[in-house]
Amino acid sequence: MKVIYILWLRQLKRYARSKSRMIGALGQPILFLFALGFGFGPVFQKAGQGNYIQFLAPGIIGMSIIFTSIFFGIEIIWDRQFGFLKETLVAPVSRLNIMIGRTLGGATVATCQGIIVFLISLLAGFRFYDIAQLPLVFLVMMLVSILFTALGTAIASMMSDMHGFQLIMNFLVMPLFFLSGALFPLWQSDRTIIAIAQLDPLTYGVDALRALLIDMSHFGLSVDLIVLSGIAVIFLFIGSYLFSKIQV
Amino acid sequence: MNSIEAHNLTKKFKNVTAVDAISFHVEEGEIFAFLGPNGAGKTTTIKMLTTLLTPTAGALALNGYNPITHSNEVRRSFGIVFQDPSLDDELTAYENMEFHGVLYNVPKKIRKERIAQLLAFVELADRKNDLVKHFSGGMKRRLEIARGLLHHPKILFMDEPTLGLDPQTRNHMWKYVQDLNAQEKITVFFTTHYMEEVTRVATRVAIIDHGHMIACGSPAELQEQTKTSSLEEAFLALTGNTIRTEEADPASMMRMYRRTMKK
Repeated sequence: MKVIYILWLRQLKRYARSKSRMIGALGQPILFLFALGFGFGPVFQKAGQGNYIQFLAPGIIGMSIIFTSIFFGIEIIWDRQFGFLKETLVAPVSRLNIMIGRTLGGATVATCQGIIVFLISLLAGFRFYDIAQLPLVFLVMMLVSILFTALGTAIASMMSDMHGFQLIMNFLVMPLFFLSGALFPLWQSDRTIIAIAQLDPLTYGVDALRALLIDMSHFGLSVDLIVLSGIAVIFLFIGSYLFSKIQV
Repeated sequence: MNSIEAHNLTKKFKNVTAVDAISFHVEEGEIFAFLGPNGAGKTTTIKMLTTLLTPTAGALALNGYNPITHSNEVRRSFGIVFQDPSLDDELTAYENMEFHGVLYNVPKKIRKERIAQLLAFVELADRKNDLVKHFSGGMKRRLEIARGLLHHPKILFMDEPTLGLDPQTRNHMWKYVQDLNAQEKITVFFTTHYMEEVTRVATRVAIIDHGHMIACGSPAELQEQTKTSSLEEAFLALTGNTIRTEEADPASMMRMYRRTMKK
């Protein structure tokens, strides 16, 4: 337990100390929220879909979470390059505990980031419908964060340097984000898009956030939660397995 | 009991044999040097000894434990200073020590005392709350040594510990290590390609090149065996070449050059 705690604490300290990273990671969601929110708002309204900011905000929260958590998972590559990974790997602790500590640390940071974006969206005019749902909202954020941090860890365990980073951003993170229905109502799209979106874990994350924040859901909250938990467990297993195979 | 025992230790990477059937033992309380040029297989050997790599063949025992089957017992019994820094730059010196202490399950009270004691020992007590990224190379190396000792290891591994350090810091560092060896009876295993370090601090030395063990004994024994008057000459006699010139510092390069010219 202590090992998990100290690894978690380390991730938080690193995050709290790099102000530039914290602010940098907020830039993109804010830009999306304001530019798209106010840009597409009138069109969305005319199409009879209601207020776009209301629809968009949960999607942007999901976006900040997936970006931050995958990034934190991938941070292992940094630790490998700067040597710190060796310090943890020669220690008499199980690889599983190292992986869990790191993942929880990264996921906590991603959740914080999600909460900050949530607060900013309130400034942009977003209104949630029931304050009693907020604890559950944060729980969903944490679940989504764990899922994607574990995915990031799994990917990073197979990479030896940062060269593949751009590849992952463009061919994994971006598609996961755009195809999740974060920006547009999915169920009115093309069948192929819907089919692909159903394979995207973020779709269920965004859907769950919409269910809890604006009472609008495609799959229903229970389906979302079951799918998210199931995938999170699978990714954690894959991530731990690949992490245990790391040699430095 | 021997601290380290290796029999026919071998490591192959695809079709390259980095370490080829080397056997040696290190007695408790020794300062043992692994001498050889870069690429000789020194780091690979250390990685196998410290559970970071699994040997392709051969047998290993550290303090009586097999690193593959009893990795946790082995990991608890040694401290290591890596060739490249392995500190977290974004944490302070104290936090790096604390992190290590928790990983090695050192009880809180002992941890506090020991951290204070070790930081004073490596003369970093007044910098303990500074972020490591503001430290110089020598300070980082000293902090790593302090960290490696936090959990009272029986063996201290050091992979090229003085690489990139200035002569003054180098002297300082060896003084710490010799004191430790004398006071706490820690076995020290280090790799290097500096001859003078070996002559100065090592009780025994193994010469390794291209993954093969060429000789093993005290510096005096090696000189006697080759009927030479210095370790450098013994190395030359044993390996048939000087330690690869591009790796040597300019002064020893000049010495080697003059020696070859005389012949």
